[in-house]
Amino acid sequence: MKKICLSVSVLLGLLRAGYGQSVTPPAYETRKLKLEEINLVSSYYQQDGNNSAVTGGIGTEHLTDFAQSIDLVLKTTDRKNRQHTLAFDFNIDHYTSASSDNIDPLTVSSASRSDTHIYPSVAWSVHNDDRRTTQGVALSYSTEYDYKSYGLNLSFAKASADNNREISLKAGAFFDTWKVILPPELRPEGYGSGAHGDRDPIDYKPRNSYNVSLSLSQIINKRLQVLLTVEPAFQQGLLSTPFHRIYFQDGGETVERLPGNRLKLPIGFRLHYFLGDRIVVRTFYRYYIDDWGMQAHTVNLETPIKLTSFVSASPFYRFSHQSAVRYFAPYGQHKQTDQYYTSDYDISGFNSQFLGLGIRLAPPGGLFGTGHWQSVELRYGHYIRSTGMVANSITFLAKLK
Amino acid sequence: MKKLTASKALIASLIVLGLSGCVSVKEYQKSRINDAEMELSARKSEKFEQNFYLYREGAAGANGGKSGGGCGCN
Repeated sequence: MKKICLSVSVLLGLLRAGYGQSVTPPAYETRKLKLEEINLVSSYYQQDGNNSAVTGGIGTEHLTDFAQSIDLVLKTTDRKNRQHTLAFDFNIDHYTSASSDNIDPLTVSSASRSDTHIYPSVAWSVHNDDRRTTQGVALSYSTEYDYKSYGLNLSFAKASADNNREISLKAGAFFDTWKVILPPELRPEGYGSGAHGDRDPIDYKPRNSYNVSLSLSQIINKRLQVLLTVEPAFQQGLLSTPFHRIYFQDGGETVERLPGNRLKLPIGFRLHYFLGDRIVVRTFYRYYIDDWGMQAHTVNLETPIKLTSFVSASPFYRFSHQSAVRYFAPYGQHKQTDQYYTSDYDISGFNSQFLGLGIRLAPPGGLFGTGHWQSVELRYGHYIRSTGMVANSITFLAKLK
Repeated sequence: MKKLTASKALIASLIVLGLSGCVSVKEYQKSRINDAEMELSARKSEKFEQNFYLYREGAAGANGGKSGGGCGCN
């Protein structure tokens, strides 16, 4: 009898324990990792000019670039109700470059005549609603024929109690390696061309970049918000391009030579204003200074106009002015006594203008009645530089949710 | 760097003046602020434009684009 009583007591105890477990609600809700957004971007870019750095500041700058990008954004919520975002970004550029083709004009075998640039990245961030913080880490990789890059980015952001202000801090490092491909007439005896199948050795040099970005965004009122960004950056290693030729006043020839480090300080300011019911005014100003002697000012104005509730047109205009780095001189104007020299017009002094139009369609029920295909955008821009270079770009974006 | 100091002071002054005019905007009042066109970061469709500025102009950074990686030599 004692055994029966004991057994019943144990069973009742177990049942009670089981009952207690089943009625206690779980402290969290399990949510699966869910695909939130897909962005597909296709872009075509073409430029022409007559200041190629590879031929010492003269010759064609013709370049075409066809770029594709896909990014996937996945989200989930964990036991502590923190939102995790995982973003995969895959980019591929295929370009043909007449300027780089002139590294070795006799054999037309230069590595970059036609090349593919692949750069994937993965980013993970955690948003804590209670603390109003977001922390993130991102890894990136980039490869071209003569260049490889590994990148690491860390980020932290904190919003104010009313979510009207946010301060964010980002830190990034890129560890790059150059294949030192030299023009054939300047290669030392026994130095390789860098081409496939050439067993003669060539040098590999590092180029590392570090940047910190501090941003403050603020909602001023129901229609106006601003953002200030300060982004100091430091680069060290091989900062010159090894196959850029230099021609001296006396007719001598060598390759570009620039200092082994560079400190940059860009400061950006955005102001976005919703004017009336249909027009958004997006303005941007950037000031830049570095220790190579360059200063730059850039202003950008874009005004998306909502033609209907789901169609908007965005005309844009950008003006930029930069001064030359102190090591720049055009073709044939460097002296043999100069310590550093470059004839790369991308770091010369010039004004540039970029103007164009974007059209965006975003019907409430999705495009063509498919709820997932949320929006498409087509953007065309024309770039004019005071050095004579012109470029055109066309970009198509499709967003799926 | 003296010019830089003056510019920094000017921008800081503008920010301070701007912030002093702020009003607290409630979540239900943010329909305009939350509009997709009002997003403060550069949009995806501008991604490749930023890449070509980075390569074609010597002054990179503070524009939402990357500040390192990739030679940009073509």
